[in-house]
Amino acid sequence: METAAAPALTRVRSVALAGNPNVGKTTLFNVLTGAHQKVANYPGVTVERKSGRLAGTEAVEVIDLPGTYSLSPRSIDERVAFDALTGQIPGEAAPDVVVCVVDATNLERNLYLVTQVLDLGLPVVVALNMTDAATEAGITVDAAALSDRLGAPVVPIAARLGEGVDALRAAVLDPPPPSDGVDWAVMPALAVVLDPLEDLLPEDRVHARRRFEALGALTADPLLEPWATRSPRFHQAVLNARADLDARPVPYKMAEMTGRYGWITPVVADVVTRTEAADERTVSDRIDAVVTHRIWGPLIFGAVLLVIFQAVFSWAVPAMDAIEWLVGLTGAGLRAVLPDGVIEDVLVEGALSGVGNVLVFLPQILLLFFFLGLMEDTGYMARTAFIMDRAMRRVGLSGASVVPMLSAYACAIPGIMAARTLADERDRIITIMVVPLQGCSARLPVYVLFIAAFIPAGSLFGVVGYQGLAMTSLYVLGTVMAFFAAWVLRRFVFKGEGSSFVMELPPYRMPQARYLWRRMWDRAKVFVIRAGKIIFGLSIVLWVLASYPKTELPTDLAARSAEADAAVERATEALVRIDPNGIEAQLDGSEAAQLKSALDAADADRLIAANEAAGYQVRNSFIGRFGRALEPVMRPLGFDWKISAGIVASFAAREVIVSALATIYSAGADANEESLALRDAIKADTYPDGTPVFTPLVAVSLLVFFVFALQCMSTLAIARRELNSWFWPAAMWGYMMVLAYGFSLVVYQGGKLLGLG
Amino acid sequence: MTLDALVPGDRATVLGYASDDPPGRLLEMGLVPGTSVEVVRLAPLGDPMDLRVRGFHLSVRKAEASQVVIVPE
Repeated sequence: METAAAPALTRVRSVALAGNPNVGKTTLFNVLTGAHQKVANYPGVTVERKSGRLAGTEAVEVIDLPGTYSLSPRSIDERVAFDALTGQIPGEAAPDVVVCVVDATNLERNLYLVTQVLDLGLPVVVALNMTDAATEAGITVDAAALSDRLGAPVVPIAARLGEGVDALRAAVLDPPPPSDGVDWAVMPALAVVLDPLEDLLPEDRVHARRRFEALGALTADPLLEPWATRSPRFHQAVLNARADLDARPVPYKMAEMTGRYGWITPVVADVVTRTEAADERTVSDRIDAVVTHRIWGPLIFGAVLLVIFQAVFSWAVPAMDAIEWLVGLTGAGLRAVLPDGVIEDVLVEGALSGVGNVLVFLPQILLLFFFLGLMEDTGYMARTAFIMDRAMRRVGLSGASVVPMLSAYACAIPGIMAARTLADERDRIITIMVVPLQGCSARLPVYVLFIAAFIPAGSLFGVVGYQGLAMTSLYVLGTVMAFFAAWVLRRFVFKGEGSSFVMELPPYRMPQARYLWRRMWDRAKVFVIRAGKIIFGLSIVLWVLASYPKTELPTDLAARSAEADAAVERATEALVRIDPNGIEAQLDGSEAAQLKSALDAADADRLIAANEAAGYQVRNSFIGRFGRALEPVMRPLGFDWKISAGIVASFAAREVIVSALATIYSAGADANEESLALRDAIKADTYPDGTPVFTPLVAVSLLVFFVFALQCMSTLAIARRELNSWFWPAAMWGYMMVLAYGFSLVVYQGGKLLGLG
Repeated sequence: MTLDALVPGDRATVLGYASDDPPGRLLEMGLVPGTSVEVVRLAPLGDPMDLRVRGFHLSVRKAEASQVVIVPE
């Protein structure tokens, strides 16, 4: 929406958008910035910093602050919003203008944050959003009167329709003078203590700013802390004031809220008029009557989950097949272009097939993000938390953990990131700790490979396929264990209730396809780039570890190899002498046909010999040596050195075990979970005494191992970032490893006792 | 009387909080003394509560609602 209305000369360099969640802030951000957006993280924390260039200007930066209800640092989001507005983010100045986005249908609560921002003493423009929805609901807001009371310009807009945006842009580029703050009343019993505290603070142009700082330090430890070094005198004075207030006692912790609402309530009564229609039951209320109904609510939620799972696990399949086909095609193309040799092998077998293994999940991840985005944008997400909270609390989680737990079925990384919405720190830690137990899509190729190879294709009572049943069981096993782990953590580590779950149930809204698509795409891009980088590098390392050091073949193997080569040559010569086209032609009944089948037999022999030679190489490669060193530990689970080596290789990322086993079994260039060659090689593999390496029991043991083990570097890295410590990621890895080893041990040894193996 | 004792359809006015350290989030959401509140419904398992406060819906656990002292309207 480029416009000529923007003045060419403006002193404004940066504009921050502040506002509650669900007020259309992000929609406004998209409208204001158009295509010029950048998503990064704030330094040190994982709160997204979304910024963009104001459309129609050369260099005015718009920053979309995290949606918050308040500037009191109760969550990371609020902390970041506060730091950004007060210029405390390293390398970033306070914004030149703050746009406070408020929802016209819900003005009262929205104004709480607005009064806080006004008290900071910055130039503020209020964007009165959703005027369309307000009109529909019979609510009229007198913008001029509101502007008068706030001492800041108020621009009515309807961001989703683009209405009023030009006026807002003009107001931003020609900003008002810095705000003088709001004159809300501090309760007298507190005022006598607060005033002397304010006097200890450095002079500020706006009195409200000093009051804001003093009250913040008085009521919130995170805001008091920095004063210990900045001004020990003030720090001590605050501590004394707290003791004094507690002794009297004065309910000072609610002073700011009662004071601000005491100012807001009469203002709203003056500027907002409601027609009688506004008091009727809204559409949202009628939807909620069904969606959160005692019986319908859980049923609908179950149905929604079913649709999402169905989509992720069946609708995605054609697209996944197409991606595999494309990767195969690219591999063949590369092989045709590149000269034969080490580089070709590394690129095609190592890097390309590794990256292909990740790309193949893209359709699933896109679909999952689509549904999660849809749930979020419509407002249904909050209802799932509302419906599930009680049940989730039984197992030590919170209603808000539902979303992270669901996201983790695609990948633990978005799951862990989604846990940011949990306001309670202990809830957040517990959720992050158990999320990686959910069956993520990286486990899928492993499940597919071993289920297809060892679980019979038949069905139970002709209805439920064994293979599908096995797959479902693995997912259920992971989820049940996640709940159990949460229960244990709540019961023994994070004792006591105390967690808070205050959540807005926003009105239902029609989602906008444009923004849904855009967000889906952004997240998928992040996933592919992150996963691709790791897998690409890792595949190359893995290939090198499995290929080196090159060892001399022992004489008997070398001799067999040479003999097999010679046999093929002899058979070819014999055939060509009789019929020069014999190798290509279809032959029947003749002498040539017999020679042809002799050649085929010799070819097969040569292949076996080559495989044995390759197997010897792998056995003596770095990875083979490591696998053999580990074998004694893994033996009780039923794993030989090859599986052990595969498991070690897949500690970086689970799906790597497929290409690792493929490399180890030398099963051919384009091995993946659907590859018959790898599946057959696994089934045919035997110990020296002739017993098979893989029995169905070994396969089940391995599957169980993969359900529990935390084999994913990215998960550890993201958990480290989100929890800001190595302790929890290390504990996470440890307890999941104990579970994996323990359960596999029980499965394998128990199975052997029962005579299954 | 505290907020958690109300049933769907009941309205009340907030008098204050039972503890010295009231849940800040509830206050910031507008549940300050003098505010009128309506219990719209309960979640399928009876907890949390769906409240209407200052024209919007708020989900609050009964454990937290039990800290809000009210007088029925």
